[in-house]
Amino acid sequence: MTFPYWPSLLGGMLIGLSAAMLLLLNGRIAGVSGIVGRLLQGAQLSTNAAFVIGLVMGPPIYLVLFGHWPAVTITASMPTIVLAGLLVGFGTRMGSGCTSGHGVLGLAGFSRRSMAAVAAFLLAGMLTVTLMRMAGL
Amino acid sequence: MTNRISQGAVALGAGAVFGIGLSLSGMLDPARVQGFLDVFGAWDPSLAFVLGGAVTVAMIGTALMRRMVRPMLDTVFHLPTATKIDARLVIGSAIFGVGWGLAGLCPGPALSALSLGLMPVVAFVVAMVIGMVVYDRLARGRSA
Repeated sequence: MTFPYWPSLLGGMLIGLSAAMLLLLNGRIAGVSGIVGRLLQGAQLSTNAAFVIGLVMGPPIYLVLFGHWPAVTITASMPTIVLAGLLVGFGTRMGSGCTSGHGVLGLAGFSRRSMAAVAAFLLAGMLTVTLMRMAGL
Repeated sequence: MTNRISQGAVALGAGAVFGIGLSLSGMLDPARVQGFLDVFGAWDPSLAFVLGGAVTVAMIGTALMRRMVRPMLDTVFHLPTATKIDARLVIGSAIFGVGWGLAGLCPGPALSALSLGLMPVVAFVVAMVIGMVVYDRLARGRSA
């Protein structure tokens, strides 16, 4: 039996490497919502913009390395997408972080605040998807 | 000035490594993320391996950080100072979780997937930025 999760594990390790790089070299947290939030406020404009540009370059580099684009399957309707975007933007600023800041660095640093945040967004996400499935969406 | 340029180069590189990691991990795909959140349905555990791999490597980073006086390209570590688990943290994170479940997208993958040029991703990012600005305006209004 083959283990089908190697790409997920290796991809995750690259995300961890990115976080370690930014932390040990620049002394900054690789939290995407925080980086975008500071970018919108014009704080550390050049480094935050550079991170976002790098992030957007990731899939094209993947295309060059592996010969195909990563899969992106979107089933949600446009109004749902827009509502989801508003909630994600509002919620990550209110909760001071998202899957990267709280999820990766917060857990790696044993932050109790991040553990609470991760529990809250995981439970809310699971509840939402479960209710959507029950409603036949 | 040299440090500024080096910091920019590090940020660009770190962003690219993050984006390649997301692409490789399958987490750019909202269907896979929703598959992980669908615990009572056809559960896809991929995200747990992504998070496990990421946290393990990041832990090496935080362990090294504790042995360092300062980061290599700056004078201080810029770390979050808040320690209290308050309603703002929990309610904000829960609101984020609802949006995350609805679309299967969170900030990192959404920005990274912009390069694929898909309309729903662009719409999501625009809405996300509006959501962020709205919260920041409200928060500033309250503290002013």
